[in-house]
Amino acid sequence: MSRKLHARRIEAIDKNIWVEFTQLAADYKAVNLGQGFPDFSPPSFVQEAFCKALNGGFSMHQYTRAFGHPNLVKILAKFFSRIVGREIDPMEDILVSVGAYQALFCTFQALIDEGDEVIIVEPFFDCYQPMVMMAGGTICLLYLRLKCCGPVLSSADWVLSPEELASKFSPRTKAIVINTPNNPLGKVYQREELQMIADLCIKHDVICISDEVYEWLTYDGTKHVKIASLPGMWERTVTIGSAGKTFSATGWKVGWAMGSGHILKHLKTVHQNSVYHCATAAQEAVAVGFQREYDVFGTEESYFHQLPIHLHEKRLRLADCLKSVGLKPILPQGGYFMIADISNLNVDLTDPSTKDEPYDYRFVKWLIKEKGLATIPVSAFYSPEHRNEFQKYIRFCFVKEDTTLQAAEDILRQWSDSK
Amino acid sequence: MNPIHLLRVFRCAPRILQTNRFRNFTSCQDKMASIKHKNAKRIEGLDKNVWVAFTSVAADPSIVNLGQGYPDIPPPSYVKEGLAQAAMVDRLNQYTRGFGHPTLVKALSKVYGKVYDRQLDPFKEILITVGGYGSLFSTMQALVEEGDEVIIIEPFFDCYVPMVKMAGGKPVLIPLRLKSSPAATSVSSADWVLDQKELASKFNSKTKAIIINTPNNPIGKIFSRSELQAIADLCIKHDTLCFSDEVYEWLVYKGHEHVKIATLPGMWDRTITIGSAGKTFSVTGWKLGWSIGPDHLIKHLQTVMQNSLYTCPTPLQEAVGQGLLREFELMGKPDCYFTSLALELEGKRDRMAAMLRQTGMTPVVPEGGYFMIVDVTALNQDLSHMGDDEPYDYKFVKWMIKEKVFCFVILGINNKTKHSKMHRIVFKIIYIYI
Repeated sequence: MSRKLHARRIEAIDKNIWVEFTQLAADYKAVNLGQGFPDFSPPSFVQEAFCKALNGGFSMHQYTRAFGHPNLVKILAKFFSRIVGREIDPMEDILVSVGAYQALFCTFQALIDEGDEVIIVEPFFDCYQPMVMMAGGTICLLYLRLKCCGPVLSSADWVLSPEELASKFSPRTKAIVINTPNNPLGKVYQREELQMIADLCIKHDVICISDEVYEWLTYDGTKHVKIASLPGMWERTVTIGSAGKTFSATGWKVGWAMGSGHILKHLKTVHQNSVYHCATAAQEAVAVGFQREYDVFGTEESYFHQLPIHLHEKRLRLADCLKSVGLKPILPQGGYFMIADISNLNVDLTDPSTKDEPYDYRFVKWLIKEKGLATIPVSAFYSPEHRNEFQKYIRFCFVKEDTTLQAAEDILRQWSDSK
Repeated sequence: MNPIHLLRVFRCAPRILQTNRFRNFTSCQDKMASIKHKNAKRIEGLDKNVWVAFTSVAADPSIVNLGQGYPDIPPPSYVKEGLAQAAMVDRLNQYTRGFGHPTLVKALSKVYGKVYDRQLDPFKEILITVGGYGSLFSTMQALVEEGDEVIIIEPFFDCYVPMVKMAGGKPVLIPLRLKSSPAATSVSSADWVLDQKELASKFNSKTKAIIINTPNNPIGKIFSRSELQAIADLCIKHDTLCFSDEVYEWLVYKGHEHVKIATLPGMWDRTITIGSAGKTFSVTGWKLGWSIGPDHLIKHLQTVMQNSLYTCPTPLQEAVGQGLLREFELMGKPDCYFTSLALELEGKRDRMAAMLRQTGMTPVVPEGGYFMIVDVTALNQDLSHMGDDEPYDYKFVKWMIKEKVFCFVILGINNKTKHSKMHRIVFKIIYIYI
């Protein structure tokens, strides 16, 4: 065909780090601490619920309610009403989506037009930028900056400058995206930080898109605060959640957007004109999982209580190992990931195929190919304009079986010993 | 089709259709918020959806849902078992390859490689999506934009028009018209045809694509080789794309052949063909579909995929892949589910058609697919007592439900009936239920 075929909306968003690095990790059969998924199974009560759903009669295999399986939206409303402190309407205030990813997509497509500005905090989960671009919006960036340099670095040391934040809001600002706990840093925004953001959202009448997929994973007593629960914020916030991250079942791709009906209805319009329904059986299983968690919430039996305890140790163990081989980890307050400063290592990266790429990309590819260990370069979580300023960190996912972490440790120690 | 008229059939429907667009806010601050929190232009006017409202109505237990296209017979047991087995494997509960789980894309390339009689690259020429619907969306978002015209054949599956509009394109409609005499007692979906001159007149330099759906929903028409060739000739002449929705491709009844337009000369390079696991294995609730086409087109759909939902559920893809591998071994044999399901449904189709004829209605016997449409003109039912404000077809539907306790959930379709002299109505019955 001689004519131009593709739509302009997909120009400049064709590259994707996950496609590239997942393939590389698979090709080299690397020990995979790269992409964010557990290599252990979901909890048995949720797996059993899925199997039960499969055998639950013909309706489990046919279309369910487009905006969310009734059992699921009802329990989500009940569960989160208790946390947010308001009555959430299951039919009006919730949209179930194909993973949190699709909830983000629906949000941007529903609310962002050409000329709208969207504030994004760097480092950010990489899909925010292309999604805003695909919706025709303009991105306004600001950094989390390291405020101090002590011997033990924590994600809490990365903060927003109030003046810089305020300066990003303009009459064209439609939305700000926050992610807490943050990917890749692991930062958990404190109430005061969220209040600062909330004040600006209210002052400038801006929507807040709050990606909270890691909401149950906080460590060292850190509390996750929902910005939607702050005064004046429910009516202007879309909160995104994920069953995949909640129940360690990323492959089920069940997520949701939650917020005031007057905003959610626009996300529903996108949803009904894009995928229309999500898979029924998986939604049923997630509903059963949430019912169980509702009943045991706050007790030791709760998966939301047990999983962070379980991961707390893995996080410390990985941090110790990284330190011992000369990497400088930044201890995350929450989430799946830990980033580490690689600038102390002097590795000779002579692979000509990567010579034009940022240092961390080159280092990660070298680590996969030469050492069989997969991680993700952190500059991928910065905008292309700023990528070159943040080339010295790589990201590890520690939500893995002990055997996987052990294998990673062995590789690192062997490498360190051989230097 | 006017969804608002359609759904007035059900007393509870109007409340569902009332959009809350004009909800009043109580506080001054909320009033301000509502102005700035308006929707993006791309979804303006796309909020109404007949299926959304329809499913809510059908959820009312007093109504038997024969409207929406899904079976109430169970899927084949090996497909359910495949899913149960997949769910027990740790790795299969986590993310898989974004553009399609390897087991599934490889199985599809095998099955369709045989059907297309060509080597299909599982990684570059196949994309897995959330149902056939998701494939349609990825296709439109990838390949349609402002300034593009897209030809759509009426009657059409309702999402085509809003999806084209959301992508900024302009839908250009052309109807299938009934060529046989209205007095005929036996009408087939083959009797609904395109006027060739009219079709040619719809193509111009702005035409980006034509959407075809074969077997067609709602009529059940299977476009013949020569009909597809006529469309192909125009696509090649005007250098347009073809989006071929073939979700009902295996539901082909005796005496008919499903032809893939992508297999006609010159068409592979310009065609995206859409398929559905939901319709193939009677598992609509699994929401898996696929787009098949040349690398230079599929790569754009992949870009949309990686920026919209990234990947589809893993265990479901594994189970469909295993199911397809099993069917591949049986292809052409009576044991093959693709063959046996069509045979089973043909019986139901014939039984339904006979029942409808007995009551005096004229069914349009479908050559393929899930649906049958019916002409009720011959009943000559007097509905003047039901008032003047609605078209005959909608009054008829209400009358059927109320007086005859006929639990049809019906879609009035085919807005081209306004061109005919008689007050014909057609409604869609899902005969897979009987």
